[in-house]
Amino acid sequence: MSVHTEEVEHISGATTGTFMKVWIVLLVLTGVEVLLAYEQVPTMIMLTVLVGLSIIKAALIIAYFMHLKFEKLSLFLTLFPMLIFCIVLMLIFLGDATRIPNMRPPV
Amino acid sequence: MWLFIISDSLTFSALLFAYTYSRVTNPDWPKPFDFSPAIIFSTVMTFCLLSSSLTMVMAVHSMSHGNRKACAGWILATMVGGGAFVVLHMSEWLKLINVEHVTAFDNPWGVPLFGGTFFALTGLHMTHVVLGLIYLAIVAQGVARGKFKAEDVEVSGLYWHFVDLVWMFIFPLVYLMSAKVG
Repeated sequence: MSVHTEEVEHISGATTGTFMKVWIVLLVLTGVEVLLAYEQVPTMIMLTVLVGLSIIKAALIIAYFMHLKFEKLSLFLTLFPMLIFCIVLMLIFLGDATRIPNMRPPV
Repeated sequence: MWLFIISDSLTFSALLFAYTYSRVTNPDWPKPFDFSPAIIFSTVMTFCLLSSSLTMVMAVHSMSHGNRKACAGWILATMVGGGAFVVLHMSEWLKLINVEHVTAFDNPWGVPLFGGTFFALTGLHMTHVVLGLIYLAIVAQGVARGKFKAEDVEVSGLYWHFVDLVWMFIFPLVYLMSAKVG
């Protein structure tokens, strides 16, 4: 019986304890984000930290909740480099946005 | 499902990018969210969604162990979390529309793009949550009647986690970056 249980847990890749831990870490990271908003940290630091924390949270959700950590590496390699590449391509244009306010004629 | 998730990620990335671009372009971007109650409110919404992700993981876990009854129960718990999120989000929208007079084209703070980008982004996300609830309801009743395999529940779980994941970006970028304290 115990052998059977071990087999099942091996197939599913993670235990409920792991999921609980990941959930708690996600809640703590959300708490840190809200605390940063309350402390009114300077905008650029705030943005960098928030995006960093969000990427960590997304990685945790994808790896554990969405089970990608326990899938074949080829699935990850098929999906994510392309996604990251496309998002980075989009971000190239963000530099334009910082120039636009300076290009407006004075009122 | 993975391919859908990747393409949908790009859609949401584009909307988040549009929001960020508009925001950087307008230095007088409004900060309409008071720490109390708006930010606390959206933090509770985040908690609902995160917890519903946990219950969905439990549903997938139960199904992989062949426990259909527990699986259907966990999916129902997930739907309660998702439902709470939609109700809270709708009440927040209604407050913005009726009390603050924000529409997609106009608002009292003089940057019309705020309404357009905010409602497009959170509206598309809310649509995903509502469709997810319908999807989960179909899966839950199927599982309870002995239909569907463990993989089917896992795929519905992937969709639900994706909806949660998107909110992990919307919440800090749209709400926390526009928090007003004091």
